[in-house]
Amino acid sequence: MKLWKTILAAAVLTFAAATSAFSARTDLVIGIPLEPPHLDPTAGAAAAIDEVLYANVFEGLTRIGPNGEVIPDLAESWTISDDGKIYTFKLHTGVKFHDGSDFSADDVKFSLDRARADNSVNAQKGLFAQIDKVDVVDPATVKVTLKNPQGSFLYNMGWGDAVIVSPKSADTNKEKPVGTGPFKFQSWAKGSSITLVKSDNYWGAPVALDKVEFRIVPDAAAAVPALLSGDIQAFPFFDPDSVAQVKDDPRFKVVIGSTEGETILSINNKKPPFDKLQVRQAISFALDRKAIIDGASAGLGVPIGSHMSPANKDYVDLTGLYPHNVDKAKELLKEAGLEKGFKATLKLPPPSYARLGGEIIASELRDVGIDLEIIPVEWAQWLDQVFTKKDYDLTIVSHTEPNDIDIYSRKDYYFNYDNPAFDAIIAKLNLTSDEAKRKELLAEAQKILADDAVVGFLYELPKVGVWDAKLQGLWENAPIQANDLTKVKWTD
Amino acid sequence: MATYLLKRLIIAAITLVLASMVVFAVMEILPGDPARLMLGFNASADQVEQLRNQMGLNAPLVLRYLHWAGGLLSLDFGRSYTYSVPVIDLVGERVVVSLPLALIALALSTVIAIPVGVFSAGRQGRAGDTVAMGAAQLGVAVPNFWFALMLIYLFAVWLRLVPAGGFPGWGAGIWPAVKSLLLPAVALALPQAAILARVARSALIEVLNEDYIRTARAKGLPYRAVLWRHALRNAMIPVLTILGLQFAFLLAGTIIIENVFYLPGLGRLVFQAITQRDLIVVESVVMLLVAAVIAVNLLVDFSYAVVDPRLRGRQ
Repeated sequence: MKLWKTILAAAVLTFAAATSAFSARTDLVIGIPLEPPHLDPTAGAAAAIDEVLYANVFEGLTRIGPNGEVIPDLAESWTISDDGKIYTFKLHTGVKFHDGSDFSADDVKFSLDRARADNSVNAQKGLFAQIDKVDVVDPATVKVTLKNPQGSFLYNMGWGDAVIVSPKSADTNKEKPVGTGPFKFQSWAKGSSITLVKSDNYWGAPVALDKVEFRIVPDAAAAVPALLSGDIQAFPFFDPDSVAQVKDDPRFKVVIGSTEGETILSINNKKPPFDKLQVRQAISFALDRKAIIDGASAGLGVPIGSHMSPANKDYVDLTGLYPHNVDKAKELLKEAGLEKGFKATLKLPPPSYARLGGEIIASELRDVGIDLEIIPVEWAQWLDQVFTKKDYDLTIVSHTEPNDIDIYSRKDYYFNYDNPAFDAIIAKLNLTSDEAKRKELLAEAQKILADDAVVGFLYELPKVGVWDAKLQGLWENAPIQANDLTKVKWTD
Repeated sequence: MATYLLKRLIIAAITLVLASMVVFAVMEILPGDPARLMLGFNASADQVEQLRNQMGLNAPLVLRYLHWAGGLLSLDFGRSYTYSVPVIDLVGERVVVSLPLALIALALSTVIAIPVGVFSAGRQGRAGDTVAMGAAQLGVAVPNFWFALMLIYLFAVWLRLVPAGGFPGWGAGIWPAVKSLLLPAVALALPQAAILARVARSALIEVLNEDYIRTARAKGLPYRAVLWRHALRNAMIPVLTILGLQFAFLLAGTIIIENVFYLPGLGRLVFQAITQRDLIVVESVVMLLVAAVIAVNLLVDFSYAVVDPRLRGRQ
């Protein structure tokens, strides 16, 4: 009996030693909260599409790196004409699409022309608005001529909506995406998971993982047991409220990073009494950002004073402009002739930052005499009533598009904000590519928005990632919504 | 029996038509534009309009209803806006999860509920009955999502016997697939079993007080034989009614359980389609569920005749 036990123990040990002598594991299951409606990044706004495919399956001329920087991708290098209008991209050679066909300058021209065509349903058509024409110089060189110089052009070409597709597969990418990236699409079990496998003919540095499964876990409560049981090894976008359940567990790493999500109390600037500057400023003074972050985001998240991520290199800290000051708020309301206070509505979309934050904000505004009626809405309703029809007083939403301060200059945008001085700065910014000049202009733009108290600036949405402690290379921050797996590997 | 059947069928057809109108109208009234949802914050109004045209959303209401309802008649359920694949394909992928789940849950709840009901009815008012019905009361009261989470922590996280959620697909083998349906089935079945056990108990108690039971006992039949052969059979009609209703509930009401276990079932599909305003998917799947519920109710009507021979001869 004893002998048997010894033999068994020896066998187990040998086996354990043998397995650990093999190289680290090369498969990964990632949990994502929302299922992409389809798999074509050039035909939909859903962030879930990019979260699966960006940088993994599809590549653009440029791409956005882990800290929001523009890095070369399919374009090896580029030159910009002196007037800033002509971009000549030198492309990588020997690049193949996953269907085996060769990538060349023709595909770049096709992709850009398709995205900006009249019948295009690209969700970010604005990215291509400045393109005048795209010329193929030779198979490895493409020349893009702009109508006007555009400071953010290289950045724009790094968006998921600007990835390069092949004319052969462009129409079927929704179901069966074909790109040039290090992973190729394998299967999609609808409602359940999407599987990518390593592409053998990848042109760039090979990836460490052989197989990646994106599993859809819509319920935050289900994410914790999925991690604990080992079924899923990484949740790059984890629910902040569930962090407490895993943060002391040495098997997992909790990584708090930044996003490009400015979470704001949007104000309908044309609707009385919000058309009065004092009223909007009173709201800003009434907000206690710390309490809002604690209550709506589990204490994670950085306060903001204007529409710019604190992680951005051009960020200016304006949080001191409207400190939490109830008396000052009341005084301003009195100046506006509203010392008795007033009633308004607050429409809240489904995310917890809005629903939880809304209740805190309602109680804070009640302290200064503004009585809010909370109206919970679904996303579809929100887009319809608030965003499209502008039928709202106040709402809470996180603007997750990167570098999107220009939305305040858009005509008919749902803030109903109209300031020619601000518009002029944005117009100038669009024509400027000099970094120092851009920084100056962006600082000015942030200042104006804060002075005008256009909206109540709350905080930058945190990116809370939780994954197996042995996993390396996942993005800490989310400069764009993506799960770039090119550098991800298991360690022992 | 034939006229009775025909009548039931005609009523079923009218119900289907009315349901299709209600479902279509409700989805129309619901605010939210699927095209805007697909294109997001940054798209211009023109672009949204363009997509609406491509999706056929700008056609008049009545035309769209007739087009859809006409399609249903020829078993064409339309194409999903978001997935851009035929709805019937989506349903096909999902029903292989939801139907087995509902059937396992139904079987489990019956297997648990009937013995408990019989046990309790036989000991009416005694300690065993009190304990069993107390447990049933608890089963009715505990929300199934909470119960599901407790099951997950016990069997998936702690004991690691089954996965915490997800569905590997039937292609991964029968056992892995069934394994991933076990916990959700238990979570679904127990509250249903609790209700069913209470119904079975009260139906049995009523029957046990009938004269013929006393007669059967008086002529010397053992209690066990009386209970199983005479009483239970007569108590089946209310139990079957509840069972029929429960099947409808199980099939349509798995939304919460499918979310907690992230199973790609019909409930999740409908829920997702509603939030994404994939109108055609919601409309078609709801109609299929309506049809399934009506079919099950017809089946229950027929099964009455099987249990109760008196109904068979009746016109």
